Amino acid sequence: MLRGTPFHPRTAPLNEGTAWRRWAGYLVASAYELQHDREYHAIRGSAALIDVSPLYKYLVRGRDAARLLDHLVTRRVATARVGQVLYTPWCDGSGKVLDDGTIARLAEDTFRLTAAEPNLRWLGDGAAGLDVTIEDVSERTAALALQGPASRAILSQIVDADLSALKYYRITTARLGGSPVTISRTGYTGDLGYEIWLDTGDALTVWDAVVAAGRPYGLVPAGMLALDVARIEAGLLLLEVDYVSARHALIEAQTSSPYELNLGWAVSLEKGEFVGRDALAREQARANGGAAWRFVGLDVEWDSLERRYRDVGLPPTLPAVAWRTSVPLYADGTQVGYATSGCWSPLLKRYLALAHVRGPRAATGSAVEMEVTVEHRRRRAAARVTPLPFFNPERKRA
Amino acid sequence: MTYDAIVVGGGHNGLVNAAYLARAGRQVLVLERRERVGGAAVTEEIFPGFKFSVFSYVVSLLRPEIVRDLELPRHGMELLPLESTFVPLPGGDYFATWADPDRTRREVSRHSPRDVEALDEFGRLMHHMAMAVKPMLGLVPPDPTSFSPRNLAGLLRLGRHFRAVGEKHLLALHKLMTMSSADYLDEWFECEPLKATKSASGIIGTFLGPRSPGTAYVLLHHYMGEIDGAFRAWGFARGGTGAVSEAIAAAARARGAEIRTAAPVARVLVTGGRATGVVLESGEELAARAVVSGLDPRRTFLGLVDSPELPDEFVRDIRRYRMRGSSGKVNLALSELPDFTALPGPGAHLRGAISISPSVSYLERAYDDAKYGAYSRRPYLDVVIPSLIDPGMAPPGKHVMSIFVQYAPYHLQDGPWDAAKREAFGDTVVATLAEHAPNLPRAIIGRQVITPADIERTTGLTEGNIFQGELALHQLFFLRPAPAWARYRTPIRRLYQCGSGTHPGGGIMGASGRLAALEMLRDGV
Repeated sequence: MLRGTPFHPRTAPLNEGTAWRRWAGYLVASAYELQHDREYHAIRGSAALIDVSPLYKYLVRGRDAARLLDHLVTRRVATARVGQVLYTPWCDGSGKVLDDGTIARLAEDTFRLTAAEPNLRWLGDGAAGLDVTIEDVSERTAALALQGPASRAILSQIVDADLSALKYYRITTARLGGSPVTISRTGYTGDLGYEIWLDTGDALTVWDAVVAAGRPYGLVPAGMLALDVARIEAGLLLLEVDYVSARHALIEAQTSSPYELNLGWAVSLEKGEFVGRDALAREQARANGGAAWRFVGLDVEWDSLERRYRDVGLPPTLPAVAWRTSVPLYADGTQVGYATSGCWSPLLKRYLALAHVRGPRAATGSAVEMEVTVEHRRRRAAARVTPLPFFNPERKRA
Repeated sequence: MTYDAIVVGGGHNGLVNAAYLARAGRQVLVLERRERVGGAAVTEEIFPGFKFSVFSYVVSLLRPEIVRDLELPRHGMELLPLESTFVPLPGGDYFATWADPDRTRREVSRHSPRDVEALDEFGRLMHHMAMAVKPMLGLVPPDPTSFSPRNLAGLLRLGRHFRAVGEKHLLALHKLMTMSSADYLDEWFECEPLKATKSASGIIGTFLGPRSPGTAYVLLHHYMGEIDGAFRAWGFARGGTGAVSEAIAAAARARGAEIRTAAPVARVLVTGGRATGVVLESGEELAARAVVSGLDPRRTFLGLVDSPELPDEFVRDIRRYRMRGSSGKVNLALSELPDFTALPGPGAHLRGAISISPSVSYLERAYDDAKYGAYSRRPYLDVVIPSLIDPGMAPPGKHVMSIFVQYAPYHLQDGPWDAAKREAFGDTVVATLAEHAPNLPRAIIGRQVITPADIERTTGLTEGNIFQGELALHQLFFLRPAPAWARYRTPIRRLYQCGSGTHPGGGIMGASGRLAALEMLRDGV
């Protein structure tokens, strides 16, 4: 009963193991092949095509569109240029993150907001008295992410826009085949890559054109399992996995401020009033350097992990897919935080995790211990706090 | 012999009470007027092969501690999930909520994209409200006018609890306590059938409309329904609600309680201001060191006890206690499933609640009829088809349908209920549903129509009020059923009350029966 995305007629026959997962009420492929490894390596080595249509998308238009967005999100929107894309979180009145996404300035008074969850009511409530219209275009806008080192070469062949001039976090209109699309140089992999936004009616022709152009470059359709590894390497957090939306949190302790999520760079306290500003300013002004929690990278030390396994006579076992559970972290015998995502990075040959760590233990280089279950018993492996992203290739911005 | 306690009335609260007393080693006798236990939670085979939860038909508020203490699953209680709500609409469309959140979101979004977000936030707020109020369900209400140490300690505990609830949520609770469910829901939602279906929870069992102030609290009362720790979960009992009563009775017997059916009590014996036993209608006298009544407050204090034994003021309070019947039932034996025009064929929508509540105005208009002493020409209906969830309720391929109907006032403007009015009422209900499921009339093999007068006659509930007194704010907590007598005791020593006319009230909850038993034990019964 779940919906397929507009690309479903193409993606369904490719899904060898009928391995689907849910995303915002849609079916998306976990992996197309029976193992996701090749899909992951395509992201890093050639190019991968990922269906990201389930994202929520809103068009915000009108004289006060920038004012509305500036009132609602933490980043400064008014000074963004036409063709610029901003990544930003947005908060409730207590400065706790509700959701995060991108805002693309398509024209002087036209913006497209993407979000993980429905935000129509939230946008509408903020718009009272403003000259602005808000339209939920989620269902009529399909989206494809073309990610990887070969993505530019592939896309250049089939669009009429000059992609070499399209800088990181910029967007342009173009024609792809016969279809009008917008192309943003954005993505969820931390690699060179593009996202293509199109009318759902054009979905199949666009898919076919990209796949045909990509074939000589080793383009591979990729599912969520491959994407999950790439986004952890890129240090990109995921709603309801790495943090709980203040909309859903049942207790205050479940909520996070942008500072606690390593998103302080996306908070503009100087831009004037916005929802949650006072609380965020107070948090920043706190004596001990602001946020009580930090969102950090963890590098789980191989030697330590290997020893835990050797103790029981086993070789080290690595996670086959990225995990998404809450795993306790310790230092000096007490719990200092929890990891929320983790994976083995086939590229970096390191065991990575994303984690919430309290206070001084969050400093880069700090030693912590992460719980690992070895032969049904809880053990602790040494890990070190590492700056994010773990992987940040030149080509991403070049 | 002299029993430690005699329980008058074998409804679920009486049985719970007896089970707890027996569990504490007391010699207990339950006396039930009818030939079966359960009161309003009974399963009966009305037509051969067709079993009905004749009155109360869903379970949710049953206290988890009672389920654990009395080991009800071991005694045969099994709850099955009631997953969806299906609301056919006049124009041929429908509104629904489903067990799966994605499916619900998509459905709500079809009617109002805004309400999808509101639903999440509303659900979270109601969770907090239920968390704030729920502890009170398991609490003997302290008397705010008494300065006894135990009372003060109780008030203090309550005060501490509410301080911990936090200012934001206390303000929200204040709104819930004072507003009408329609106004309250208007602050959140724009989708009419969504508002109407939610507000219907606020009017069930009360003689109020969705626009009457105070109904928002009843909404919360139903929201607190809890199965396996999850709020807002409603279920069917396998074998009907009577199976829950039977399980409680089995638990009571296993602990040594004695249960006599077909044993109507005529009076409570009072000697020197103290209850000493009961007289049956047969004339048989039974002695006990304590008597506890599971009957409603009117029947207990104006029926079982001679009023000279009671303070005048108390008698006045009980006379004023509002128990207006407002609902009826229609139970149908069906040869085939109803086929809804809005969503044809069988499907998940038939396995949950089917609600005729297209708009708040529809419900309010249904109330308008009742205000002036008529049953609703177009009533609110809450329909379930238990045989789809528990096939044992009907012969193979056949079905039973339970239709809860509101409004059906006890007092009709044109004189008392009679057979002709009952059948006309049944016709109205069937016609209302047939507008959405045209095959229904020809699928009916058997029909049982239950008016408030029938509820009163069969179960003894005064005016057929299903909650033993309306769930209005002036009749809750330390005011239920009367000021100073909300702690299960009565002006007569060793006479107790354990029905849902005491805190915390109606639904197959059992809390009154349990709390009364604990208070009796505290008194040394």
